[in-house]
Amino acid sequence: MYIIIVGGGRVGYYLARALLEEGHEVLIIEKNASFCDIINEEMGSVCVRGDGCEAATLAEVGTGRADMLVAVTGDDEDNLVACQVAKYKFNVPRTIARIRNPQNEAIFKKLGVDVPVSATNIILEAIEKEVPTHPLTHLLTLTERGLELVEVRIPPNSTSIGKSLRELSLPAGSRLALIIPKNRKPRIPTPSTVLREGDQVIALTTPESEEALRAALIGT
Amino acid sequence: MKVVIMGCGRVGAQLAGLLDADGHEVTILDIDAYSFRRLPPNFGGTALLGNGIDEAVLKKAGIEKADVFVALTQGDNRNVMAAQIAKHIFHVPRVICRIYDPLRQELYDTLGIEAFSPTTIFAHLVKEKIEKS
Repeated sequence: MYIIIVGGGRVGYYLARALLEEGHEVLIIEKNASFCDIINEEMGSVCVRGDGCEAATLAEVGTGRADMLVAVTGDDEDNLVACQVAKYKFNVPRTIARIRNPQNEAIFKKLGVDVPVSATNIILEAIEKEVPTHPLTHLLTLTERGLELVEVRIPPNSTSIGKSLRELSLPAGSRLALIIPKNRKPRIPTPSTVLREGDQVIALTTPESEEALRAALIGT
Repeated sequence: MKVVIMGCGRVGAQLAGLLDADGHEVTILDIDAYSFRRLPPNFGGTALLGNGIDEAVLKKAGIEKADVFVALTQGDNRNVMAAQIAKHIFHVPRVICRIYDPLRQELYDTLGIEAFSPTTIFAHLVKEKIEKS
């Protein structure tokens, strides 16, 4: 695949390395001349100096035949414009933008960016997983469907222990998909399934019902 | 009319003053409070500190009731992003946006934003002046 990366900072640099190793054709557009020199010295001539939001620069690097454009500068607005110019002027099939402000995820989707990647959210999710006391972890967020896949670990003091699912007031916007008891086989929950301490519950929920689901499974 | 202007530079401040003098309800945004010194002393509108690419700031500026949004910061991309938020998220009836880069201006003009490029306008203006004399 021919992949254009806008922004040769740290993210762009390591992304290019990884993609080159996988055998892709990679080109980086970077404003800063000394960053360009470093990249070209280390990876061969893969960096062009210029503004990746400018149609002229994108034309110069053959954006019309690119399979993908990834904008990873440090500024959300620059990443948005680079993706939009690539998509609407050069018909690039897939555009990916790095975003810093998590709120921009929905805005970018609406404005035509195929995949907005919020580093902030990814870091938060990773940290949540590593904090053992954190009872609810986000596994996957399907923003445009308004759904998320979460994992809830039933803590020792939970009010739901020993109760069957039909006794719990689970919110309408959520469904339990799987229960993974400690040291036993995972099972598909039924209304008569009883929750035990340490159970890992995988559930689908809307973001609005998340808090109610947490309260029903863990207690307040 | 209610007008929200983003960017209190020379153009933004002058526009805000003119619209205010004509009796329009004007709110002007800038990320630097020092920029508001450019507003005329008798300016009767609202000067609000904040970034126009932030939805919360735009709401505070009254974007939901605005008839016109004008993006006039120094950054083309910031203008473009704010203008699109105003148009596609808040459905402001008229959105006007300054884009210095003529190529980008053409693109966003076709994407439904009233974009103008001072670069092109000024180049033509100077050319006309030269050829007339």
